[in-house]
Amino acid sequence: MNGSVNITAITMFFVFVAATLGITYWAAKRTKTAKDYYSAGGGITGFQNGLAIAGDYMSAASFLGISALVFTSGYDGLIYSIGFLVGWPVILFLLAERLRNLGKYTFSDVASYRLQQRPIRLMAACGSLAVVLLYLIAQMVGAGKLIQLLFGLPYEYAVVMVGVLMVIYVSAGGMLATTWVQIIKAFLLLSGATFLAFLVLYHQNFSISALFAQAVDVHDQGIAIMGPGTLVSDPVSAISLGLALMFGTAGLPHILMRFFTVPDAKQARRSVFYATGFIGYFYILTFIIGFGAIVFVSTNPEFMDTAGALIGGNNMAAIHLSKAMGGDLFLGFISAVAFATILAVVSGLTLAGATAVSNDLYAHCIKKGTASEKNEIIVSRLATVGLGIAAIALGILFEKQNIAFMVGLAFAIAASANFPILFFSMFWKSLTTRGALAGGWVGLISAVTLVILGPIIWVDVLGNAEAIFPYKYPALFSMTAGIICLIVVSLLDKSKSANEERDAFSDQFVRSMTGIGAEKSSEY
Amino acid sequence: MSKHHYDHIRGNDKFHELVAQKSKLSWSLIALMMLVYYSFILVIAFFPEWLGTPLSSNSTLTWGMPVGIGIILFTFIITGIYVHRANNLYDMLMQKVIDASHEHVNDMQSDKKESSS
Repeated sequence: MNGSVNITAITMFFVFVAATLGITYWAAKRTKTAKDYYSAGGGITGFQNGLAIAGDYMSAASFLGISALVFTSGYDGLIYSIGFLVGWPVILFLLAERLRNLGKYTFSDVASYRLQQRPIRLMAACGSLAVVLLYLIAQMVGAGKLIQLLFGLPYEYAVVMVGVLMVIYVSAGGMLATTWVQIIKAFLLLSGATFLAFLVLYHQNFSISALFAQAVDVHDQGIAIMGPGTLVSDPVSAISLGLALMFGTAGLPHILMRFFTVPDAKQARRSVFYATGFIGYFYILTFIIGFGAIVFVSTNPEFMDTAGALIGGNNMAAIHLSKAMGGDLFLGFISAVAFATILAVVSGLTLAGATAVSNDLYAHCIKKGTASEKNEIIVSRLATVGLGIAAIALGILFEKQNIAFMVGLAFAIAASANFPILFFSMFWKSLTTRGALAGGWVGLISAVTLVILGPIIWVDVLGNAEAIFPYKYPALFSMTAGIICLIVVSLLDKSKSANEERDAFSDQFVRSMTGIGAEKSSEY
Repeated sequence: MSKHHYDHIRGNDKFHELVAQKSKLSWSLIALMMLVYYSFILVIAFFPEWLGTPLSSNSTLTWGMPVGIGIILFTFIITGIYVHRANNLYDMLMQKVIDASHEHVNDMQSDKKESSS
């Protein structure tokens, strides 16, 4: 630490990069058609996809961020992680199997199933790209800072390295490589976190109450860390954040895309079950790790700077704990795992963004469905490179900015724009193109506007004295506004095409329930 | 092609019965999940002290701990219940509906062949 170079970390990191590049080479040889490229040929099993979904969701930000939140305020960390978990049953009960039965590569396929392709796909692609870019910037900035600390590498180099590797994985190996990188990383992260939590409990003779008792003894806030703190202050914010997390998860394009990599609806359901299990287990581990850091890191002067703060900031709590528990060797392992996590998550995001560009914008909006598969894949690869360059540039640009709002805004957009059009297109016969467009755009624009006018950007970033919109989390308002527009405009739509769209609902519904006519996997 | 299947399935009472059963299960589970999660959120907003109350007088463990961990387990268990029922019972019943529609469409096609020959 302290900028010194950890040989174990670098060795393990190179082993990971070599292994994943090997997988990318293998995947590239097997990736021939657009279906291989976008959805790994539909041949991933439910268990594998569950791990890959968990991998997409367990970012370095959630591993380091949630354990840091537990480290600073105890129970609040658990409240926060529960919010991230409760979206999964919603995805399972409402979306997973219908999505698999109706779509091909992306959620826009489903949203535009019986509506007008071009305007709906244009809007869905904008929603996807907005979510992907916000998420990507947050990951890139986090990655640069983390790598700077762990490997002593300058920030810009770190960001460029992450950008280049993700472009190689995605453009050469498509979904197949991205999925396997994700699976390996999920496995490494889960084993690393399990071992770290195990060591914490081992040092407490496997007594959870001893761990909590000691943490309460040494923490500044004492017993207050055992209950809710300041994370959620007023009911409106609490409900708004809850909505964003619950329904935002169901509108994340890189997650929804994973449901097309499995052969059928059965496996799609199974993947959510495994993903929920892995993610829930992971959050329990981060909770133990956070408390372990209170006991073993905050009391150890080795990890503190002269001002008494944690070296490298609170996000380093889990990393320091790995050193306190397992020495340099384990520190090296956990650091390499954190880096692998970043690489895998940005790859998944980039693939989702590139697909929105090549499949929605190029193939459907510009070429109106006449593009050849070959050209479409070329466009997707170019889009990957473009997104890589954008991610590197934005990552460097935002280095010193306050980016805490970005993931929250991504969830708000996903919940206010992507989720409602997807949900209503499958569940509500009367939805029309005009209604979907009105609702989707209002949801997207209001989410962005309310975040800009809210305390996080208007006050914290722009430095104004008072926010125009008083709440941090806009989802309660932006989601409601979007859904009301969607319903009212659909009901008022008396056009001829609107009636045809309503008539097409019945066939769509039967297909979504039975899977007759659904995309088959390549093996058939 | 699929159109004939869709028409036949639309007219099959078993299909509508099954869909109703299935959506009853998924909406009840969603309602349950929302109830659990938003009660938790409202308790945090209005009665945060309760979650910070120790389980017993000589314990540092608070009510918040079993409640929080319980919600995580609950989330996992209800997804398990749904996947189990859907993948075993409902898929099997749905397969019967689908098979019936295949039979129907095959009959239709062989009728056509006979009448044309």
